[in-house]
Amino acid sequence: MSILDQRFAHIHEQLHKKELSVSDLVDASYKRISEVDGKINSFLHLNEEGARQKAKELDDSLGKDDVTSVLFGLPAGIKDNISTKGIRTTCASKILDRFKPLYNATVMNKLETEQIINIGKLNMDEFAMGSSNENSGYGPVRNPWDTERVPGGSSGGSAATVAAGEVLFSLGSDTGGSIREPAAFCGCVGLKPTYGRVSRFGLVAFASSLDQIGPLTRTVEDNAHVLQAISGHDPMDSTSAGVDVPTYVDAFTGDLRGKKIAVPKEYFNEGVDIEVRNKVREALDQLEKLGATWEEVSLPHSKYAVATYYLLASSEASANLSRFDGIRYGERIEDERLIETYKKTRSEYFGNEVKRRIMLGTFALSSGYYDALYKKAQKVRTLIKQDFDEIFLKYDAVVGPTTPTTAFKIGDKIDDPLTMYMTDILTIPVNLAGVPAISVPCGFCEGLPVGLQIIGNHFDEKTVYQIAHAFEQATDHHKQKPEL
Amino acid sequence: MERITKSQIKHVAHLARLEFSDHEVEMFSEQLDQIINFAEQLNELDTDNVVPTSHVFDVRNVLREDEVKPSLSQEEALENAPAQKDGQMKIPTVFE
Repeated sequence: MSILDQRFAHIHEQLHKKELSVSDLVDASYKRISEVDGKINSFLHLNEEGARQKAKELDDSLGKDDVTSVLFGLPAGIKDNISTKGIRTTCASKILDRFKPLYNATVMNKLETEQIINIGKLNMDEFAMGSSNENSGYGPVRNPWDTERVPGGSSGGSAATVAAGEVLFSLGSDTGGSIREPAAFCGCVGLKPTYGRVSRFGLVAFASSLDQIGPLTRTVEDNAHVLQAISGHDPMDSTSAGVDVPTYVDAFTGDLRGKKIAVPKEYFNEGVDIEVRNKVREALDQLEKLGATWEEVSLPHSKYAVATYYLLASSEASANLSRFDGIRYGERIEDERLIETYKKTRSEYFGNEVKRRIMLGTFALSSGYYDALYKKAQKVRTLIKQDFDEIFLKYDAVVGPTTPTTAFKIGDKIDDPLTMYMTDILTIPVNLAGVPAISVPCGFCEGLPVGLQIIGNHFDEKTVYQIAHAFEQATDHHKQKPEL
Repeated sequence: MERITKSQIKHVAHLARLEFSDHEVEMFSEQLDQIINFAEQLNELDTDNVVPTSHVFDVRNVLREDEVKPSLSQEEALENAPAQKDGQMKIPTVFE
């Protein structure tokens, strides 16, 4: 078994005993990437020189007491919309092809304090807009379980690289399901934190009221270790919350007695593949065996979530992406007149999905449509949030499938935006309500992974992890590995 | 009924500082028409007395002391600019 298939705690112990060096880990990571990444296209650019140098520094200075953090020396991949000082950050967009940030995102500073190793930057849908990773300006990511299929999006590279065992963990971002959907499709663990739990400073903004950074890992415990490191208030992000961060691993009791789970009937309708529903029902049986009780509930406004999301997220995106105009950074196509320079630059370098969302957002915010579209969607968002508020008065968590189907074939949905948008129907309500949710593997349909989604109340990642961990430890889905 | 006309697409493209070929105008008007049509399902809901949500937590006016702190140098700030001259970003003429 490769060292990259081990769990953090085990590696930590080996580093501590000096049975393993950080350079061994980094070598293993680049070796695996050279062997398999050509098949899955997870990485956009590698930080090989920097990573090897950092590994050597850590190994040279390594005294027995230096390995304090459980993340010490661990090779990680970073989604390419998270700013890394001096290291290309393209958001998988040609408009930022040569862009090198002048500062680190807060999450990168936090991870560097823990002495993680940045192996490289991960492929994604351009500016995180997409559910299949086909919208990358640098070619699609392929699913390690079946390279004819999509890995999910927009954090497709972040999920595929973890599933393929190239790195020990990755960071992704989730605006409407972009961590959980690829985690489900690739059979790994992905958590979207409560809005405000993790600083967004240095995350290239897509939809600021929805975006959150979160970890993707092979196991729940490892996931909790990464979230622990990146959580907390940041003076640089006024929307990050001044809420205490609990010790997540304290939740790993394996016992779910007394836990009350709500199962929304809207997450089991005919739009959700029958095989996926069956796997999730089996998971509910398992949760019952572990001591939890569950009841069917209704989240009556779920069916309006996709329309609400695409109006709000696109409106925010149309404003956020106005900064890409070829003046202060990024590529430029020069014209004699300024406004033509803007238009030529943006039209040449943005991909079609980005243009579509900018158009939709600009339209929804334009004079005469603002009230009917944007403001209406903001009001429906309130109703969707209230659905969850009500459920969490009585229940500890909401459980259902992460996605309506398993991974679909590359090319199947790319020409039909609306069908593609429906892929996010089970993950979007979570972002609109701002609550945390995880996707954990809960079985396979025809060789493709199925994800179980566990949703918690605001700032209650601990309960989410507790349920996810108990379920994972009672099953062996997370031990399966794709053959590449 | 066609909700989004080609001339509307051209108008919105101008607002968004984008320009499209005839083929793209056709494609985007068709697709946006479908998406807006789909979004009109929100009109099934009576939201007259619902307060809009722009942010899930009621955070507003997060203030800090206005203290001078180190920031980017002029040189650094220009590092990613595609065109520059005399320590400033260079742009095409705005006024004739």
